[in-house]
Amino acid sequence: MLDVSVAYNRYKFVGHEFLTWLWFMIETDPDALKKADPDLSAMEIGNKMILENSRNNADETISISGDGAGLEEALLALKKGAKVTEINLVMRAGELEWRFSLKGESLGISGLKCPQTGKVESKSDIEGAVLEKLYLCGRVIDMVEKAFCMFVKLRVSPQWETGSVRKIGSWIDASIK
Amino acid sequence: MSLLSSSVSVTRYRVDGKLADSVIDSVRSGLKNSTIREIENEPDAKSVGWTSFEAPFTPDFEIENFVIAESMVFCLRIDKKSIPAKIINKQFKMAVKKRLSETGREHLSKNEKTEIKDDVLHRLYVRVPATPNVYDIVWNYEAGQLFFFSNLKEANEELETLFSKSFKLTLIRMFPYTVAELSCGLLGPELDAVSKLSPSQFYEARNA
Repeated sequence: MLDVSVAYNRYKFVGHEFLTWLWFMIETDPDALKKADPDLSAMEIGNKMILENSRNNADETISISGDGAGLEEALLALKKGAKVTEINLVMRAGELEWRFSLKGESLGISGLKCPQTGKVESKSDIEGAVLEKLYLCGRVIDMVEKAFCMFVKLRVSPQWETGSVRKIGSWIDASIK
Repeated sequence: MSLLSSSVSVTRYRVDGKLADSVIDSVRSGLKNSTIREIENEPDAKSVGWTSFEAPFTPDFEIENFVIAESMVFCLRIDKKSIPAKIINKQFKMAVKKRLSETGREHLSKNEKTEIKDDVLHRLYVRVPATPNVYDIVWNYEAGQLFFFSNLKEANEELETLFSKSFKLTLIRMFPYTVAELSCGLLGPELDAVSKLSPSQFYEARNA
């Protein structure tokens, strides 16, 4: 295995491609993401997305945020060669809802808001609260890892270049009005 | 951000290696040996150590239970003292002036100035209270998995260093490369392919 700090920088692009692919999957084949969590009822883009275009030796960062913000600018950035570096997602399973941001280079989860849990009113409530919160956080952590592994298996297969890359290109084309 | 707060951040680690003796006893010993050291009224600028989840400001791993179901739950605490540069500069200049006046000289050597600055910092750090930051940790030993509830670079680096020192185990941070290598169940040729990956261009490919 490569040195960790070398590998972190060397494979940042894999995380960025994963988030770009995840957006594509949410828009075009959301049911396929049920392989990452069979109870998943919906996955949506939340209120923030950051893209970066590192082509031609000039880094350009595009940040889109705010509830109801359109993603046209993000699609245009994709068309110019940008990739998604950070994305805010809404995940639903039945009546439960999670909101969180996912960073491509680290797969770090931040701002994770889990479904409401019971209040901790005494010391005896702590153990139950920890277990409940761990279960809820674990749902997101597992989903992210499984979705990433779905992506990686596709990414190293011959279908990636011959199928997925072209499909993503077509989706970008068709999404820009 | 704490595990029980309304909004959490989490970094995942794989724990590499096994403890030689009883897991709970070994971990308790590691936690006790590197429990956070209080630096109030001390000249230290920073203290890093373990603390307990339920009592982060009065940890006692001798008596506290840190096991919840299959996991060990405890915290990393980083106490830091911060002194504005303008205060340091003011105190330094006053101390230099006093030394010049006492010695009747017009200049001080570089070494003397360094000595005065160290002395100023020493006196100020003794007087300044430390700001504590507490980061929750959930370690499932059997699964070889650890969740650290922060994405801050400094906090993650301190965790990796202290964990290795305390338990003689290595934490492997889970990011795209390590997840692909260790968690996705890839076979030999697929792992080779991961090592040879290069960036794809989505839009150009479609229009080539």
